[in-house]
Amino acid sequence: MKFENFGLGIVKGLSVAIQYVWRHALVTQYPEQRLNISRRSRGNELVWSRERCTGCATCAKACPQGVIEIVTATDMTENKYKVETYRVDTGYCIQCGLCVEACPYDALFMGYSYERAKYRRAELVQTNDELLESPQRPVSGYFHPDIAKKLPKQTLLIEKIVEKRK
Amino acid sequence: MEPISAGALDIIQPTYWPGNYWWHWLFYTVVVIVFMLVMVIGAIYFERRAMGKMQTRLGPNRTGPFGLLQPIADAVKVLLKENIVPGVADKIVHFLAPVIAFTPVLLIFTVIPFQNGAMLADLNIGILFIVAVSSIATVGVFMAGWGSGNKYSLLGAMRNVAAVVSYEIPMVLAILGVVMVTGSLSMNDIVNAQNIPNILVQPLGFLLFFTAACAEINRSPFDLMEADSELTAGFHTEYSGMRFAMFYLVEYAEAIAMSAVISTLFLSGWRGPWLPPWLWLIIKTFFVFFLMIWVRTIMPRVRIDQLMGLAWKFLFPLAVINLFATAIEVLAWPDASQWIFVGVNIVLAGALVFLGSRLFKTGLGRVEV
Repeated sequence: MKFENFGLGIVKGLSVAIQYVWRHALVTQYPEQRLNISRRSRGNELVWSRERCTGCATCAKACPQGVIEIVTATDMTENKYKVETYRVDTGYCIQCGLCVEACPYDALFMGYSYERAKYRRAELVQTNDELLESPQRPVSGYFHPDIAKKLPKQTLLIEKIVEKRK
Repeated sequence: MEPISAGALDIIQPTYWPGNYWWHWLFYTVVVIVFMLVMVIGAIYFERRAMGKMQTRLGPNRTGPFGLLQPIADAVKVLLKENIVPGVADKIVHFLAPVIAFTPVLLIFTVIPFQNGAMLADLNIGILFIVAVSSIATVGVFMAGWGSGNKYSLLGAMRNVAAVVSYEIPMVLAILGVVMVTGSLSMNDIVNAQNIPNILVQPLGFLLFFTAACAEINRSPFDLMEADSELTAGFHTEYSGMRFAMFYLVEYAEAIAMSAVISTLFLSGWRGPWLPPWLWLIIKTFFVFFLMIWVRTIMPRVRIDQLMGLAWKFLFPLAVINLFATAIEVLAWPDASQWIFVGVNIVLAGALVFLGSRLFKTGLGRVEV
């Protein structure tokens, strides 16, 4: 005979519920505590390196959305192209990463940061210096396994994150 | 009964107060109102934190240290909001409903002893007064349902009336068992007579009373009248601002009041070692409230026919049998040790719950509408 139908079911449920009181909570106190995203994460905003870029525009040709706009001028003294404008409309970017794969000089990366929401549509169009790598815009490991190795390990929810005391 | 020194008792007897009863009345009125507001704020915080813990969440922890100010922040927010009255509402009824729902809860606390004799009024029919007065809150809820001019409000209120009318019966029968064992209707005498807490002497009575009380004050799993997945918010759908705050207050105040009644009737109220009596009452009240939270966390909401079936087919027969068994024990062996009845009653409670569960069926007696 099963006693679950005679009140034991409720007792079992109660005992399960009370066990969870002593477990740590599976939630993150978001602004103070952040989880590391996966090393294999593709990332979002493009990070562009002015030093390595030769202005060949391979990325612009590879882009299926056509959001990369690149304007170059010839620098006769150094005998190379000088990039005058490198503009990406991230509002249209689909984060496919084809430009990163296409770049023959490793001058383009996907970004690793994830809090890149903007207040204005115009802010999504990023030009020149806005695209450079900075502490707020680290590069992701997409198509660059050597970078991926150096990224912090992904934190999982089951790893203990203590409640922040105020 | 443990002897209480005459000096301690003199202070709390109303006749010894200056100005006779008036200062006593004023003091305990203020104490009851402040006690209840503080307890409600504590209860809201405690419930949200405890439920969060059981669901591997944290609960509110942003406002103030450990989120302790969250209920106050919520109260301020809801008080500052606009008070919207529907155009089709019965204005006077709509206006009076929260007040009528709120007052009885305060009245319950007038007869709950915080110490030996420390209460607003030591009525010799204390528990009867509680049963009578706590039902008035239902009138307020029904007025809210009717006055809102909204079908969901009315449905929720009708469900509440049905639940309260049904669950009043097993609840009163469970109380009668306690009254028989202790031999008094006065809350203070009931506490004084409990050398063994009544939860041991009347285990089935405690379970019945707890279930019926949960249903009476619409705690989950019996929160059918504000079943948000079916009736938006039940009777307080059309309430906003301060009057909604009143209903929210009533919900928790009723839970606290019922917890206090349960701890007085079954857990020997203010009696306990080491700590001061009022602290014991608060601790026991919060313990019973924690039981309600605990049950709320694990149980899904029942259907309306299951709610009615549980009252009439399960709780009512068990309460009657429990009452008869208690009456026989009290009449046949008045001088026997209570500890014998503790054992007998626990076995009886187990057997009756088993039998009742075995015979309990819902879905019979179909009504075509």
